[in-house]
Amino acid sequence: MGATDPVDAVLWVLVGLPALAGAALLLGGRRAERAAAPAATAVAVALAVPAAVAAVHRPAVTAPALPGIPFGLAVDGLAAIGVCTLVAVFAAVVVFSAGEREGAGGRSRYYGLLLLFAAAMLATVTATDLFTLLMAWEVMGATSYGLIAFHWRHPRTGSSAAVSFLTTRTADLGMYAAAGAALAGGARGLDLGELAGVSGPWDHVVAGGLLAAALGKAAQLPFSFWLSRAMDGPSPVSALLHSATMVAAGGYLLLRVEPALAATGWAGPAAAWIGASTALVMGAVACVQHDLKQLLAASTSAQLGFVVLAAGVGGVAGGAAQFAAHAAAKSLLFLVAGLWLARLGTKHLAELRGAARGHPLAGTCFTAGALALGGMPPLSLWAAKDLVLAAAEPPGLHAAGLAASALAAGYAGVALAAVWSSPAPAASVRTAGGAGPGDARHAFAERLPLIALATAAVVTGALALPAVGHAWSLLLGRPGAPAPGLGEAAVSALIAVVVLAAVMLIGIRRGVPAEAAERRGVRPLRAWLGLEPAAGALVVAPVLAAARGLAAFDDRVVDRAVTGAASGVPRLAGVVGRRVEPAVEAVVAAVATGARGLGDYARRPQTGQAHQYYAQAVTALLVAALVFVLAGAVM
Amino acid sequence: MLSVVVFLPLLAAGVLLAAPRLSARAVLTTWTAAAAVDLVLVGVLWSGYVDSGGKGTAGTRLAGPTAYETDLEWIPSLGSGYHIGVDGLSLPLVAMTAVLFLACAVYSLRDRPERPRGYAAVFLALQTVSTGLFVALDLLLFFVFFDLSIALMYFVIAGWGHGDPARSALRFFLYTFVGSLALLVGFIGLYLAADPHTFDMVDLAAQNPLGGRAAAGGAVLLAVGLGLAVKTPIVPFHTWLPPAHTDAPAVGSAILAGVLLKMGAYGFIRIALPILPEAWRAWAPAIALIGAVSVLYGALVALAQNDFKRMVAYTSVNHMGYVVLGLGAAGTAAAGTAPAAAELAITGAAVQLVSHGLLTGALFLLAGVLYTRGGGYDMGAYSGLAGPAPRFAAVLAVAVFGSLGLPGLSGFIAEFQVFTGGLGLAPVPTALALPGILITAALLLRALQRLLLGPRVLPPGTGFGDLRPQESAAIVPLLALSVVIGLLPRTLLDVLAPAAEAVAALVLR
Repeated sequence: MGATDPVDAVLWVLVGLPALAGAALLLGGRRAERAAAPAATAVAVALAVPAAVAAVHRPAVTAPALPGIPFGLAVDGLAAIGVCTLVAVFAAVVVFSAGEREGAGGRSRYYGLLLLFAAAMLATVTATDLFTLLMAWEVMGATSYGLIAFHWRHPRTGSSAAVSFLTTRTADLGMYAAAGAALAGGARGLDLGELAGVSGPWDHVVAGGLLAAALGKAAQLPFSFWLSRAMDGPSPVSALLHSATMVAAGGYLLLRVEPALAATGWAGPAAAWIGASTALVMGAVACVQHDLKQLLAASTSAQLGFVVLAAGVGGVAGGAAQFAAHAAAKSLLFLVAGLWLARLGTKHLAELRGAARGHPLAGTCFTAGALALGGMPPLSLWAAKDLVLAAAEPPGLHAAGLAASALAAGYAGVALAAVWSSPAPAASVRTAGGAGPGDARHAFAERLPLIALATAAVVTGALALPAVGHAWSLLLGRPGAPAPGLGEAAVSALIAVVVLAAVMLIGIRRGVPAEAAERRGVRPLRAWLGLEPAAGALVVAPVLAAARGLAAFDDRVVDRAVTGAASGVPRLAGVVGRRVEPAVEAVVAAVATGARGLGDYARRPQTGQAHQYYAQAVTALLVAALVFVLAGAVM
Repeated sequence: MLSVVVFLPLLAAGVLLAAPRLSARAVLTTWTAAAAVDLVLVGVLWSGYVDSGGKGTAGTRLAGPTAYETDLEWIPSLGSGYHIGVDGLSLPLVAMTAVLFLACAVYSLRDRPERPRGYAAVFLALQTVSTGLFVALDLLLFFVFFDLSIALMYFVIAGWGHGDPARSALRFFLYTFVGSLALLVGFIGLYLAADPHTFDMVDLAAQNPLGGRAAAGGAVLLAVGLGLAVKTPIVPFHTWLPPAHTDAPAVGSAILAGVLLKMGAYGFIRIALPILPEAWRAWAPAIALIGAVSVLYGALVALAQNDFKRMVAYTSVNHMGYVVLGLGAAGTAAAGTAPAAAELAITGAAVQLVSHGLLTGALFLLAGVLYTRGGGYDMGAYSGLAGPAPRFAAVLAVAVFGSLGLPGLSGFIAEFQVFTGGLGLAPVPTALALPGILITAALLLRALQRLLLGPRVLPPGTGFGDLRPQESAAIVPLLALSVVIGLLPRTLLDVLAPAAEAVAALVLR
C-alpha cells in the first residue's frame, strides 16, 4: 500500500477531481453560473480516464487520518464495477442535464452538488475501511439533501429533503455502532476486510449495524418511504442518486461486507429475506402507482431487493450484475421521465398516454429500459436476476424471488402500456399546446446519453452467456459462483414474457384505471403502505413529545429548582435579619448588662479604708491556703 | 514569548482605556489589530512547536511535551507559582481562542457596538484571561483566570446585552461563581493532600496525591467536577446558559460558547484525569452516563425550541455531552492498560473542544446577523431567507451541517472518535448517546428549513440584506478551519493525539 507506485495516485485524481471541481463551483456562486454546465461536463467526461486506469491497474492508497485509523481507498473487482457504473451514469446524467438546461437559477449549486456527490460515491465504492466509508456515505446523504431541496422555494421540497436525509441517517447510526464494535472486536484500522474476523459479541453489532445502514440507504423495508419523498427532486437527480448509485450503494455495501454478514449466521439470511420481501412488496407498490416517477422509485426499492438478497446468500457475482444492470436501465427510465415531465408537463401515467408515440427516440429508449427492467430475455436484468436466484438456495427464497420477478414484469408492463397506448383527447391537446413533440427538437446532448444507457441496459444481457458469466465471476474473485441452469433461465424468461405481455395488452386496452374505480385494497399500496405516516406516529411523534416534555421540565423544574434555591438565599437573609439578628443582639445586650452588674459588685470592695483591705487580703490568703491543702490532698 | 501572547491583549486594552478621545473606528481597528497580532504570534508558537517535533523543553509531563514554559515564584508561601506552558492539549485551544477573538473583533467592525472603548477593552481583557487559563500549569493561576472570565463576561452581558441583560448576567455570574467556589474547595483539597503542599499541576500529576485514598479522592473529584460541570455545562447545571446566550450580544455569545464553555471541559482533561486518576476511574461509568444524558437531554430540549439562539445554546449542552462521554468512557478502561480505544475517545473529546468552538462561534455570529436584520431570533418570523441573502444561506447551511456532524467538517472527526472509542469501553452510555446525532440533525435541518427555504417571510418592517464583507470575513474563516480539520485531521491531530495519548496513560496508570 501507500504511494510506492505512482499509478496509485490515479485514485486521488478519481476522487479529488470531482470534489475540487464541485467545491469550486459551489464557492463560485453566481460567478460560476455560466461555467457550471460545461465544467461539469468536462469533468464527467474526463473521469473516464482515471476510472479506466483504476479498473485495469487496481490501485490502492492510504493516508494517515485518525490515531490508528487510516483513510484508505482501493480498487478491486467489485470496486471496479462500482467505479465504472458511477462514472458512466454520472456522465450520462450530466450531459443530459446540460442538454435539458437543468438547474436554472442555480447551475453552480446544481452541478457543484452533483460533482460532490460523484466524489463521495467514488470514495464510497473504493473505501477500504469504515472511517472512510462512513465519511463518504454521509456526504452522499448531504448532497442528496441539497439536490432534493434544489427548488427550495417550493414549500414541499425542504421537508422531503429532510425526511430523506433523516431516514437514512437513522439507519446510518448502525454504521457508527459498527465502527465502534469493529474497533472493540479487534479489526485493525477498521479495515473492511477484517470485519469477518471480529471477535464476539462485537461481530453481531458489526453485521447488524452495517445491515441497518445498508437497508436504509437502499430504501429497503421498512425504510422505503424516503425514496418516495426523494422524488420531489429534479428528475436527473433521481436518475443518478435515487436509483442508479446512492440508493444502490446500500446494496453495494452489503456485497462488500458479505463475509462479515455470513460469519454471524443470522445476518445473511436476514438480509436475504428482507431483500426478497422488499422485492415483493415494493414490486406490488410499483404496480399500482399512478405517477411514473413514483412507479420507478418503488421499482428501485424492489430491484435493489435482489441485490440485498444476493448479498445475503453470498451471491456477490449476481448482486454486482444486478447493481450494474439496474443502474443503466433505471437511470435511463428516469431521464426519459424527466424529459417528458419537461416537454409534456406531467409525470402522471394517465396523462402520459401516447408519450412514446410522440417522442419515438425517447420512447424507444424508454421501451428498452422498461423491457430490461421487466426481466425480458435476453436483456440485462433477466440475466442478472437469474444469477442472483441461482445463488438463492432455500426454495422459499427462490420462489419469492420468482414472484418478485413476475411483479417486475408487471410494473414494467404498466409503464409501457401507459406510454404506448393511444393518447387521450385531453393529453393530445396538452401535447399540441406544449413545446411541441418530435425528436427533431431533442438536442444531441439528450439523445446520446439515452442511446448509450439503452445500449448498456440491453447488452449487459450477455452475462447470461456462460463464458461471460464465468469471466464476471472471476472479475469479482468468486470463481465458483453458481450459474443458472438452462431450465431456470427458461422459467424466468417465460414468466417475464407472459406477465409483461398480459399486463401490456390489458393496460393498452383499458388505460390507467381512474382513482375512483379502483379496488379498496389498492389504496394502501399506492400510498407506499403508509410507511411514512407510520414512522411519523411511531418515531417522530414520540420524540417530539419527549422534546416538548423535557423542554417544559427544563423550564419548570430544573430551572425553577435553581432559581428556587437562589431565592432561598434572600429569604434566609430575611429570616436572619428579622429573627436571628435581634436574638443575637439581645444576647449581646444581656452580656453587657451582666458585665455592668458584675462591675458594680467589683466596685464594692474598693472602700478606701486600709483595715478592710487587710481583712480582704487575709481572707484571700486563707482561701488560697485552703485550695492548696485541698489540691494537695486530692493529688 | 508565551507571556507576550497572553498579556498582549491586556496591554492593548490598557492602551485603549488610557488613550484620550479615540474615535469608535480607531478603537475597533486597534482591537482587531491587537487580536490579529496575537493570532500571528500563536501561529509562530504553533510552527515552533511542530518544528521541534513536539519535543518542547521539558519531556513528557502533563499531556505530552510541554514547550515555552515559564515558572516564576508568585505566592511561594502557598506553593503557587506563575507556571505557564503549552502542550499538545492547550496549544490547539490557545489557537482556537485567538482565531475566535479575532473573528469577533472583525465582526464588531460592522456591528458597531455602543461605548466601543469599554467593549473592546473588556473583550481584550477576556482574551488575556482565556489564553492564560489554557496555558496555566498552576491550579491557583487557573482558578484566578477562571473567575476573572466569569466577571468579565458578566460585564459583557450586562453592559451590551439585549432583552433582560441585567437579570441574565447576574444569573450567569452567580451560578458560575458558585461553581467556581466548589472548584476552589477541590483545589484546596488537592493542595492539602499533596506533600509537599503545592498548587503546581505538573508536580501534582507526578505525585498523584490522592492515590489509594478512595473517599478523599472521590470528595475532591466531586468538588472539582461540580465546579467544572457548571461551566461546561453538564445537565442539570446548564440552566444559566440559555438566558445568558439569548441576552448576550452576538460576539459575547460566540465567546461564551466558543471559549468559556471550553474552560470547564478543558479542566476535566487538564486537571481531573491526570491528577485524580483513581477517583476518575472509580466514577468513570457514572460520568460517561452523565455525558450520555447531557447529549440526549440537550438535543431533545433544543428540538423543542423556537428561538434560534436558544436552540443553538442547547445544542452546546449536547455537544459538550460528547466530551464528557468520551472522557468518562476512557476512564472505564482497565488500569495499567492504555488501549487504543481510550486514546481515541480522549482525542475525540479534545477535538470536540476545538471543533465546537469554531462551529458554535460561527452559529452565534450568524444568529447575530439574524438579529441585526430582523430584530429577533424567533424562527417562526422568518422564511425563505435564501432568496434575499444567498451568502447568508450558504454559510448557515455549512455551519449547520458541520454542527450536526457531517463528515468533511471537524464535528464528525470529534464525534466519530468519541463513539468509536467509547462503544467498546462503555457500551451502554455510548449506545444511548448515539441517537443524539440524529436528533441534532433533525433540529438543525428543521431550523435550516424554517429560516431559509420556502416562500419569503420577514418580520414586518424589516429588510434582510446579505452578509456584509466584515461579517463574511469573521464567519467564513471559522468554517474554513472546520473544513480543514474535517478533511485533513492530521493538521490538528499531529499536535493533539500525542497529548491525548499521554493523558490516557496518566489516567490509566
